[in-house]
Amino acid sequence: MLNVTALCTEYASAGGQPVKAAQDVTFEVPAGKLFTLLGPSGCGKTTTLRSIAGLERPKTGEVRVAERVVFSSEQGIFVPPNQRNFGMVFQSYAIWPHMNVFQNVAFPLEVRKQRPSRKEIADKVMRVLGAVQLEELAERDATKLSGGQQQRLALARALVMEPQLLLLDEPLSNLDAKLRHRMRFELKRMQRDLNLTTIYVTHDQSEALALSHEIAVMNEGRIVQIGSPRDIYERPRDRFVADFVGTTNFLDATVISANSGNGRCQVSTRFGALDVQCDEPFRQNDTLVVSIRPEDIELSEQRPDRIDGENIVAGTVHAKAFLGEYLDFQVKVGENILLARAHPSLRTPVGEPIHMRMKAEKCVAIPGAH
Amino acid sequence: MNSAVLDAPAAPRPGLQIDTKWVVIGACVVLVAWLALVPLGFLLWQSFLTPQTAAKSAEFTLGNYVEAYSSLETLRLFFNSLQFALGAALLAFVIGGFFAWVNERTNTPFKALFFALSVIPLIIPGILFTVSWILLASPKIGIINTILQEAFGTSIVFVNIYSMTGMIWVDGLHYSPMAFLLMTAAFRSMDPSLEESALMSGATVPQIAFRVTLRLAWPAVLASLLILFVRSIESFEVPALLGLPVGIEVYTSAIYQAVHRYPSQVGLASAYAVTLLLIASLGIYFQSQLSSQSHRFSTVTGKGYRPRTMDLGRWRYLTAGLFILYFFVVVALPFLVLLWSSLQKYYTAPSFEALQHLTLNSYRTVLDNPSFGTAVWNSLLLSLGCATIVMLVTSVISWIVIRTRMPGRWLLDNLTSLPLVFPGLVLGLAIMVCYLTIPIGVYGTIWIMLIAYITRFLPYGMRYSSTSMLQIHKELEESAAMSGASWGMTFRRVVLPLLKPGLIAGWIYVVIVSIRELSSSILLYSPGSEVVSIMIWELWQNGQYVELSALGVMLIAALFCFVLLAQFIGKKFGVAEA
Repeated sequence: MLNVTALCTEYASAGGQPVKAAQDVTFEVPAGKLFTLLGPSGCGKTTTLRSIAGLERPKTGEVRVAERVVFSSEQGIFVPPNQRNFGMVFQSYAIWPHMNVFQNVAFPLEVRKQRPSRKEIADKVMRVLGAVQLEELAERDATKLSGGQQQRLALARALVMEPQLLLLDEPLSNLDAKLRHRMRFELKRMQRDLNLTTIYVTHDQSEALALSHEIAVMNEGRIVQIGSPRDIYERPRDRFVADFVGTTNFLDATVISANSGNGRCQVSTRFGALDVQCDEPFRQNDTLVVSIRPEDIELSEQRPDRIDGENIVAGTVHAKAFLGEYLDFQVKVGENILLARAHPSLRTPVGEPIHMRMKAEKCVAIPGAH
Repeated sequence: MNSAVLDAPAAPRPGLQIDTKWVVIGACVVLVAWLALVPLGFLLWQSFLTPQTAAKSAEFTLGNYVEAYSSLETLRLFFNSLQFALGAALLAFVIGGFFAWVNERTNTPFKALFFALSVIPLIIPGILFTVSWILLASPKIGIINTILQEAFGTSIVFVNIYSMTGMIWVDGLHYSPMAFLLMTAAFRSMDPSLEESALMSGATVPQIAFRVTLRLAWPAVLASLLILFVRSIESFEVPALLGLPVGIEVYTSAIYQAVHRYPSQVGLASAYAVTLLLIASLGIYFQSQLSSQSHRFSTVTGKGYRPRTMDLGRWRYLTAGLFILYFFVVVALPFLVLLWSSLQKYYTAPSFEALQHLTLNSYRTVLDNPSFGTAVWNSLLLSLGCATIVMLVTSVISWIVIRTRMPGRWLLDNLTSLPLVFPGLVLGLAIMVCYLTIPIGVYGTIWIMLIAYITRFLPYGMRYSSTSMLQIHKELEESAAMSGASWGMTFRRVVLPLLKPGLIAGWIYVVIVSIRELSSSILLYSPGSEVVSIMIWELWQNGQYVELSALGVMLIAALFCFVLLAQFIGKKFGVAEA
């Protein structure tokens, strides 16, 4: 449905030097899916979104929507944003303060080349307002809405034009935490109901994990990994991805034996030999980094029996922090400290020995020098 | 992640993007460049020419500059101008700055009222303000002198407005409301917590005022002083009315004299004008440098801005009293003097005897004057037309400057501000020379005055437009583009409505200053194209003081009503700031 190929966008910085905001961005979104661009601020995700929208003019590359080329540097095509028919929700919502709720939503219909009749506009607007539960507020001043209502209004305005593509630029970042959680579900339900192809930009990894069919993690203008939320979280293929999405422990390691076809290999670390998950082909003596999520480290006071496909490491409790739903342990092994997350019922005091059990499939090997 | 591409010239595909956007932008850019540059060029050119007479055509010469710079007269002219401008700027600053501090930073009662009142002096035109002070403090007919002389039974002249001191007093007082507004803005943009921390360190009110507030406001102080200096060195009414009769000449009055001599010495006037232009440019240049620096000093926090005011104790009644006295001297007194004078047959100081002879005769004379109707019509046409054009053009220009990344937009910004350095009289001279040379038939019509007014007030309009443009979030426009609206549609339905409060405020301001305008018009008007301010000038030249007063009273009353009405309309139809 949406094909972005080798997109490069740069803009002049204050000093006149071109800043490469997005480089060689390529991805494809099937119809009806929600695709997320995830990354820290300045990673090029918003630039990529704005390039798709046509608000930025990319330097090279191609953007195709359902076989319609809206941008191609090769063919010299640049369809201006107002002729692309993409709905967009901006980070600030960009609700026009001089119009009321109804007028805001009606605007995209009124500026069409073939302007629908007044009654048609009213029907469509009220239907969309109904979908976002704002029909009661149609006559209200747009400035007198709460944050959540403004967000829904911005969404309604983007939906009323029956867009081919919905672009969402951090639509939840201006809401408070409770509302953000609720709107997350609402947004997801609406996207799934309408079956609308959507590009979603966020820096919030939990938002990305909760909403997306597929996530592209971006860093320094480039996409570093594309995958399903579970892939991204459980099988990061890059140190940056593992670090940015969720919390993790990194262990430097060297391959001892790259055995068998089951995707396992044995590596040596400062904790001794570990069995780890290898998705990339590694050879003996390759250096790599092992990522272990804190919640995948199982703690126990008694040393558990080691079964195949598991690693057992002993350490001492260095510090702990009670966080309500769980308890964070810092476990010291030699000179290294690992973070492990445990159920609050575990009450091992600081300084006492403790044992860590880690499944091999949860110890993910990531290529990279130490 | 923050560049706009709305501006990037679309790939040249005929018939698609060559639309209203580029036509509108192109027209505005050409207009601004023409208005700002062409008269300047002609002025420079003219300053190198000999006077043109019937017998002899103009020739290239450096004689104008030789004459303008070689005589001892010039030294005196320069010294006079400097003395006058510095004196007036300092006086205006001390008065305006003090009241701004009182109003912004102390607990003086009735502050809201005072702030609202501070706009009113702006509606009294300079010429009327000057005339009213002549009626008050002229050695022969001045009310102050006659009353004091009667009381003490002497013939000593107590105050003489026809002097350098008198000129500084009147001009300084006239520009003090401007100093008040400038310094109010400076105080408002200062983080009050900086003062509060001084208070917590145990400093007293005067210590805080001098060691923290004033120091922080220092760039703003210098910038305000420079603006006031430039305004004073440009001012024409005061030197012409108060200085010329006793032979105190400054640059502006010298330019006027040179043009009105026979044969008229436009070349010499141009040479003077170029000098004045240089002084004004220097002032404006340093002022803009200071203003760009002052952002480092002043921090606008925005969040929870509730300045704690200094407790003046019982002194606050004194400051309130001073404020009332100031308002009386700057607004009420001039108006009352004009009102009194307008009700007389011949100008006399107030007395019980004169009270018997009150008459509305002068009003009848003014209304019966055939040129009255023409002047009012012209003034209305010019001020409304000028304000509308200025605000529309500057809204497009400020959009280009602020929203786009078009190459050369800084140049456009500077071009729009360029007329700031033109003193009114110099601009009048430049435009006169320009359209005398270019035969497009505007010379001697009101169109030439419209051109002058638009040029002169373009920078003011730009300031209003760009300030409000900066407040409009870029995404408000982008979301219109995403909704499928074309540039023209977006501009008309989103940008202009959002700019409306700023545009209306700027429009009102330009209307008022256009109606007050005298110094450019005085070189450009001709019979049939006179405006109200010119009519006042002519009545003064003819010595018709009571008629002048009547016209002045009507003008001030009309402007006052206009401001009230405009504010009412603005409040009713303006957009609530989002």
